[in-house]
Amino acid sequence: MIKIKDIHKSFADKMVLEGVSGEFKKGTCNLIIGASGTGKSVLLKCIVGLIPSDKGTIFYDLRNFSNADHEIKAQIRREIGMLFQGGALFDSKTVEQNVMFPLDILTKMPLGEKLDRVNFCLKRVGLENAAKKMPSEISGGMRKRVGIARAIVNNPAYLFCDEPNSGLDPQTSILIDELIQDITYEFNTTTIVVTHDMNSVMGIGDNIMFLYKGHKLWEGNKENITHSGIQELDDFVFANKVMSALRDKL
Amino acid sequence: MRFFYEVGRYFIFLRSLFINRESFYTYYKLVLEECIAIGIGSLFLVVLVSTFIGAVSTVQTAYNLVSPLIPRYVIAQVVREMTVLELAPTIMAIIFAGKVGSSMAGNLGTMRITEQIDAVEVMGINSISYLVLPKIVASMLMYPMLVIVAGFCSLFGGYLVGSATGIITPPEYIFGLRFVFNDFTISFALIKSIVFAFLVSSISSFKGFYTHGGALEVGIATTQAVTNSVIAILLADYFLAQLLLA
Repeated sequence: MIKIKDIHKSFADKMVLEGVSGEFKKGTCNLIIGASGTGKSVLLKCIVGLIPSDKGTIFYDLRNFSNADHEIKAQIRREIGMLFQGGALFDSKTVEQNVMFPLDILTKMPLGEKLDRVNFCLKRVGLENAAKKMPSEISGGMRKRVGIARAIVNNPAYLFCDEPNSGLDPQTSILIDELIQDITYEFNTTTIVVTHDMNSVMGIGDNIMFLYKGHKLWEGNKENITHSGIQELDDFVFANKVMSALRDKL
Repeated sequence: MRFFYEVGRYFIFLRSLFINRESFYTYYKLVLEECIAIGIGSLFLVVLVSTFIGAVSTVQTAYNLVSPLIPRYVIAQVVREMTVLELAPTIMAIIFAGKVGSSMAGNLGTMRITEQIDAVEVMGINSISYLVLPKIVASMLMYPMLVIVAGFCSLFGGYLVGSATGIITPPEYIFGLRFVFNDFTISFALIKSIVFAFLVSSISSFKGFYTHGGALEVGIATTQAVTNSVIAILLADYFLAQLLLA
């Protein structure tokens, strides 16, 4: 479980996050949604420590990450798997080497064991035949799947996904969403997904946090998101014509 | 103010190289990879440029030494001093900054904007130490070797052109190279080469590492890396000459 309390973050004069608090439970897909520029990715990066927050505390299973020394932070980070928006694969390494990277650095596993684990993860994301390819030789959707394989190779307790289906076609988006959901349930990870894709929200949103202008405006699940009674959330949810038509039918 | 902020950040960056490092074996592999990229990758350019610089230095020195009272072996002596003291370590450092420095800045800048550095950081790895330290160590190992190669090629280029055009005979050239030779100049050249390698690799890595934005900013960071490295080389060249030769 990850708990955040009163997170504030500003860049120069611009306040990006103002007192965001929340709880992300283990074994569930937690979604952070909101329009572009509302601070979703900044919040995610604050949680994983890529951007230091100005104020507030972050707990990973009761371990205070915000005030932790380097050793503890490194220890917590080694339990984190993260999927970046563009995949963030290392260009100079093959798919196999990319997935093996965390094992090379963070473990003392023998090569055979590492290869078995890499093959298992690649198979899990349906890319067992792409192991020897370079990132430049595979499609955007495949890059995301390699990113997921790399994120789970070290058996993470926490999985973070920053806009996992941006730039993907609808079918591949659903595939990626299902993969994230399956991994969350299968490995019992605390998963946080940043997205503005309503398909993802309705597909995998066990717990949803809606950010608006740096504030948390609403929290709930996919069942009650359509009747929250909050104008800003309704504007976001029903901006999509399909969703709008659905509301009219209801 | 901006200048002091950047200088301060550069020193913090250098400090981060040595804290929370990974295992020695991890660095050993990375340093070897960087040595191949930096050393072997720069060899052709270094040989080409230094050979021509040596050849041109010989022709131009001969052109300027018109007095019959000056023996012809002085041409080789002048070429030797120019090559060992300045051309091999300093001019090559500027070329090194253009080739290796820009490549380092571009590489790290691209890694930054495509979130590859964040990916390393999020795994709990000190990204500065992991990505930059091997580049600096490899540069400090390989650049002095490149300077030795450059020195040899430059003197050999002068020998070839001198002999081929009849400016100076081979025995005169060899005699000139050996005449009143002070071996400290070699030590001085190697000290300079280590300092220049450190400056080029650390400044270029610093510029690339802190790139933010997109492809345009990577281009700007690459240009700044080369410009700042060249300025640092020239300043260090002066201070080292003042410190060790004056």
